[in-house]
Formats: sequence, structure tokens, C-alpha cells
Amino acid sequence: MNESPHPDFLWRNPEPRRAYDVVIVGGGGHGLATAYYLAKNHGITDVAVLEKGWLAGGNMARNTTIIRSNYLWDESAGIYEHALKLWEGLAEELDYDLLFSQRGVLNLAHSPADVREGMRRVNANLLNGIDAEWLDADEVKKFCPIVNTSPDVRHPVLGATLQRRAGIAKHDRVAWAYARAADRLGVDLIQGCEVTGFDIAGGRVRGVRTNLGRIGAHRVALAAAGHSSVLAARAGIRLPLQSHPLQALVSELLEPVLDCVVMSGAVHVYVSQAHKGELVMGAGIDAYNSYGQRGSFHIIERQMSAALELFPIFARARVLRTWAGIVDVSPDASPIIGLTPVENLFVNAGWGTGGFKATPGSGWVYADTIANGRPHPLAEPFGLDRFTTGALIDEHGAAAVAH
Amino acid sequence: MLLIDCPWCGPRDEIEFRYGGQAGVAYPEDPAALTDEQWAEYLYVRDNPKGWFHERWFHAAGCRTWFTVRRHTVTHEIKPGGPDGAPEPGRGRDAPDRRRRFPRGLA
Ligand SMILES: Cc1cc2nc3c(=O)[nH]c(=O)nc-3n(C[C@H](O)[C@H](O)[C@H](O)COP(=O)(O)OP(=O)(O)OC[C@H]3O[C@@H](n4cnc5c(N)ncnc54)[C@H](O)[C@@H]3O)c2cc1C
Ligand SMILES: [Zn+2]
Repeated sequence: MNESPHPDFLWRNPEPRRAYDVVIVGGGGHGLATAYYLAKNHGITDVAVLEKGWLAGGNMARNTTIIRSNYLWDESAGIYEHALKLWEGLAEELDYDLLFSQRGVLNLAHSPADVREGMRRVNANLLNGIDAEWLDADEVKKFCPIVNTSPDVRHPVLGATLQRRAGIAKHDRVAWAYARAADRLGVDLIQGCEVTGFDIAGGRVRGVRTNLGRIGAHRVALAAAGHSSVLAARAGIRLPLQSHPLQALVSELLEPVLDCVVMSGAVHVYVSQAHKGELVMGAGIDAYNSYGQRGSFHIIERQMSAALELFPIFARARVLRTWAGIVDVSPDASPIIGLTPVENLFVNAGWGTGGFKATPGSGWVYADTIANGRPHPLAEPFGLDRFTTGALIDEHGAAAVAH
Repeated sequence: MLLIDCPWCGPRDEIEFRYGGQAGVAYPEDPAALTDEQWAEYLYVRDNPKGWFHERWFHAAGCRTWFTVRRHTVTHEIKPGGPDGAPEPGRGRDAPDRRRRFPRGLA
């Protein structure tokens, strides 16, 4: 690790100018990464990121940081693997330790249907050049000794998929690293700036209205995660998204016991142990729509009982903190990236429960889409028109679990 | 945890219910006549307001009634009533009476 003291400030805190070439709405991971790649890959530096709260205080600060690319469909494999390849060089590129750790992700199978689906996914991944392995129950036990593979439990472990290149990273550091790099390239990061409307004339966006006044823009790019519907509605666009709470929790700090990530769709829990030592666990979404950034406690209870069955060793661990973020869920559990009916207004949303892993890839293809006014090839299948053509990218069954 | 007021059974814990999403989405009268855009709108697009939302709940572990409430999606405050704030036809208006007649938990 770096010996020099961490600087007090990683980016300037400028006043907004009256106009920019590109205004990005939302300073989470995706907005910041988009700004960075606009500047770095496309030389577009007349850019502002407008964030209503503080930088990366939304889902970017709330996620369980699982990174993987073993999605079923070719379109998903394309974009998530692009992201994973970027992750593999990101700390070096941004010159910041991201605590990116490719410790392997297990997706457990608990039923014959899970086994078939898991094997199918392994094969699909291999065909797409993505590392994937199938482990039987004994191999799962060897890879992760604290998983309970006894056949007597309610949801016995019958096997698992393993992606060794998958893992976790430190979410805050990722945001800070992108923010610092974008700032250095000339991007204005403006906090406490809420977009309340759009100036649209002749079918084309001309700027945004904010609590800090009007800001002109040639191009406006939404990256507002859970609030995408609210924003799009102000531009007269109805997005096929529903906003739900997604909860997670951490335990108190423990000695190292778990050196991989374990996910189980059937019992709805995913677990890793962060570098500091806390167990990080996520659950499924709360069923109802909400913008309240909190969920119902029974979700946590259920998630705990599932975790305890899989990991009896956690029985005495104590929950330190639970929280929720608001995730924007699309009908096929895939993101929506691209152009909108309003000219020069772009959308990147619908990452729902699983967009952290995509941060570099999402920013990369979105920046390219904004710069060139047409979808990046990897983003093309994720356009809004797929809901009309019927060419959905149904990752519900494929990912099995929330993300 | 939400406390949801079932028009039959009274206030019950959220775990007894299933969520039904936006209320008042009618099946198209003549689906074959719809354009692809209209059909996509019906299939995939729902309101997603930050604020009051008319939504359906199903009392799965109780009386197995579908009903509509208004819920605020930030505060989670719940008020009875169907679309437009009116009591749901044939249900909300009668509910208080029924509740008085049937002891809670036995309905
Ligand atoms: C509990 C939880 C666990 C998760 N676990 C994982 C995981 O393990 N792996 C994974 O890949 N993904 C995970 N996710 C999903 C992931 O966090 C999101 O998909 C991703 O962070 C979304 O992109 P973002 O970082 O840009 O979002 P955000 O950080 O939410 O950024 C959006 C920003 O837009 C701002 N904004 C909204 N409206 C306005 C406005 N009007 N004006 C200005 N700014 C506005 C918000 O304040 C916010 O900062 C999880 C999410 C949650 C909640
Ligand atoms: Zn009832």
C-alpha cells in the first residue's frame, strides 16, 4: 500500500458554469465512470456531473460489491465481461488502490433445476470465452470449507458454478478514483445540485433546471439509478422501470473465515467477508415500490436464516448495521442504455440489483454512445426499443439471484 | 415492516400479503388492435411515482382478497381507497362495517 498520506481532497468542488457540452445527471459510479471515459477516451472534457446529494452516496455506497461476468446471454456476457476486463487493469489505470480481489464467486445449486441451469450457464460462459467451472458438492466444500454441504438441510448444496476471476472491490474507492481522475481531466463534479427539469425545444434537450439555476447543455445523460423514472418523466418519457428497496447488512468485524463470495439464488442470500473483516450480506428486493431507502425487517430475518443454514459458523455473529438502496428494476432484469425519444438526451438505467460490477463497462459504452450519438455495439441490444420488438435479454432466470 | 389494512381483516403484518403493483391497469379490450408500442406499454410500463401510488395487495395468508390502497412511496404511509382516492368499488366503502361484525383474525 501507498506510504504517503491520503490527500484531504481528491477533487475540486467547483461552482457550476452556465453551460456544458455534456451534463451527466447522477454522481454515482456510473455517472462518474461515464465522465471519466468521455474525457479519457473521447477528449470531451466540457462535462459536468450533477449530483443532488454527495458524490456516490446512493447505491454506489450501499452495494455488496460483488463483481462477476458469468451471465447467461451473449449480450450480457458481452457487456459484463468487458467490464470485468476493465476491472482487471483499473487500479493501475486510475492509480488508486481499489481493493479489487478476484477471490472467486460461487453460485450454489440447491435443486436439480438449479444444477441444470448452473451447468447450462457454465457452458454458455465458456462459449463466450468467460471462465466458468462446475463444482460438485465435495468440490464446493473444498473451495469453501465453511459452507454446510450436509444433505440434511432444507436446501442442500448439490453443486455450484464458480467464476475464479470474479470477486469484490471497495465501492467507495472506486467512486473516489473515478472522481479524482475525471476531475483531473477537467470534469466539474457538482454536489448538492438536483436536476428538477429539462429545457426541451424542438424535440431536443437544451439544458437542465436545477436548484442552483439553469445549466445549458448540448447533451444530457441520465445516470440516476433508482430515480431514473422520476427524471425521465420530467422529460416526458415513461421508462419500463420500477424502483424497489434492496437491503444489505454487515456483521461486526471478525477474524478471516471466508475467502470467496458465496451466492444462493434459491435461498436469497449472498455473502462475502470484506477486507476489514465484516461479513457483508445481501438479500432480495422488497416487493413493493419505494424511494424510502429502507426496507422491511422480515427480508433481513429471512436472509439471516438462509445464511445460517448455509454457514452454521455464523450463528453467533452479530448484525452491526442494515440499510437499503433504491434499485431500478427492469422487466427483464437487464439495463437500459442508449438514446431516448428526446434528441441528445441519453439514458443509462435499469441496472437494478447488479450494476456495481458493470461500473467500468457501463461508463465506457455510455461515454461512447454519448460521444457518437449512437449506441456502442455492446450497448445496442440494451436499447429502449427492445420492449417493443420483444428482443428482451431475460437475465432473471439466468442470474437466479438478485444480481 | 408495513402494517397493511385489509378491508376484511383489518391491519395485518406485511408478511401475510403479496404485492400486486400498480392498481387499475385494465386488460386491453381488443389486444389484437394494439400497436406494438401500445402492447409494450401495457406489458412492461407501469407508473413509478415518488409519492402517492395506487397499488394492489393480495391477502395471501388471510382472506385471500385483492384490494387497492394508496401508499406513499417515500414515507410508506398507507391510506385506503381505490384510484382517485375513492373507496374501491364494492369493498372499501363496506369495509368498516365488516370489520366491526367479524372479530379480527376470524374472518
Ligand atoms: C443493497 C445493495 C446491494 C447491491 N449489491 C450489488 C452487488 O453485489 N454487485 C453489483 O454489481 N451491484 C450491486 N448493487 C447494485 C448497484 O449498487 C447499482 O446497480 C449501481 O450502483 C447503480 O449505479 P450508480 O452507482 O451510478 O447508482 P447510484 O450510486 O445510486 O447513483 C445515482 C445517483 O443519482 C443521483 N440522483 C438521483 N436523482 C437526481 C437528480 N434529480 N439530480 C441529481 N442527481 C440525482 C443520486 O443521488 C445518486 O447519487 C446493489 C445495490 C444495493 C442497493
Ligand atoms: Zn384479509
